[in-house]
Amino acid sequence: MNNSIIKYYYGDYGDKESPAGVGVEKSSTNEWPLWEIFIRSKQGLDHKHVGSLHAVDAQMAIENARDVYTRRQEGVSIWVVESIHIHASNPDDAESFYEPANDKVYRHPTFYDLPDEIKHM
Amino acid sequence: MSTKNFIYALHLADNALILAQRNAEWTGHGPVLEQDIAVTNISLDLLGQARNFYQYATVLFNGFSDKQKEEVNQFIPRLWKEYHRELQEDDLAFLRDEHQYLNLLITELPRGDWAQAVLRQFFFSAFQFYLYQQLQNNTDQQLAAIAGKSIKEVTYHLRWSAEWVIRLGDGTEESNDRIKNALADQWSFTGELFMPHDYELIDVNTLRESWTKKIEDILSQAGLVLPKQTWMQSGGKAGKHTEHLGYLLAEMQYLQRAYPNSTW
Repeated sequence: MNNSIIKYYYGDYGDKESPAGVGVEKSSTNEWPLWEIFIRSKQGLDHKHVGSLHAVDAQMAIENARDVYTRRQEGVSIWVVESIHIHASNPDDAESFYEPANDKVYRHPTFYDLPDEIKHM
Repeated sequence: MSTKNFIYALHLADNALILAQRNAEWTGHGPVLEQDIAVTNISLDLLGQARNFYQYATVLFNGFSDKQKEEVNQFIPRLWKEYHRELQEDDLAFLRDEHQYLNLLITELPRGDWAQAVLRQFFFSAFQFYLYQQLQNNTDQQLAAIAGKSIKEVTYHLRWSAEWVIRLGDGTEESNDRIKNALADQWSFTGELFMPHDYELIDVNTLRESWTKKIEDILSQAGLVLPKQTWMQSGGKAGKHTEHLGYLLAEMQYLQRAYPNSTW
């Protein structure tokens, strides 16, 4: 007998802890696609990313977003984008991407006084 | 306002409350998280409508003469009569007995599977949509105002449920089977929507045509056909219910009956 006993602890659920073929299945193929949700909280402001959800198509994603993210009057407009269409920068590039800006304070508009009437800047 | 308006407000409130309770049974049991929230939102919308109608009913009742109170006595909860205070919305929701409820039978049918839930919602929301459209022009301004406010919610319920009916009918073999079974089970409960009752302020018979047109349109998009069956169930409007309502009320009313007047 070559089988070893695998002990599970409360909270163990991932594939990592389980031997091949046991435990939680990998992301099921029947799962609905993931969508990223952007909500505009009022006219004049931009759409902000608020989270993500599952839906079969764009129509359903908008309705799900309405039910999940605007039930407390959070928004007046919804954008949805299927998550696979989002391309992200590589964290390994952080050094070359972002650090060069560190010593260039003159690029910050901190030398102006903003009038009080201007909000959302 | 007459006692008729009071009874009609009860009928409208009961429809909304009983379906709210049924839909609330999905909370935590929806097929996916997003739809769990969607159906729970609908339940809460309906609960809000029920509260508006019950509140109006209590205002009417508390302003009635003794003679008018006597006329509607059969709908007033027995327990409340021992409380010696004005009638409140919770008394109407939580202390009336089964036969005092005037909701449509279709609202009290068991939760069933997802196909049953969305089809029932579709039938009911389509009915509410055409009903509230007329009711918002009623001479009873309070009922008209509640209908006018609620119709926005109902428009969304109708859209949501219609899309689900199409999705299931036009989906997999299993989803198609399930929506067909739901249609066969529920069809005989749709006739009651259009059978007029003496306390109604709207002639529901006039809603039948637009309702049927809407149902036919969505069912055809779903690849389904209207059942041929013509014999229809009835009784809910007169307080004669299926065996399911008693169980629903037992669960819903337990707290107020075990701990009278408790609040939270």
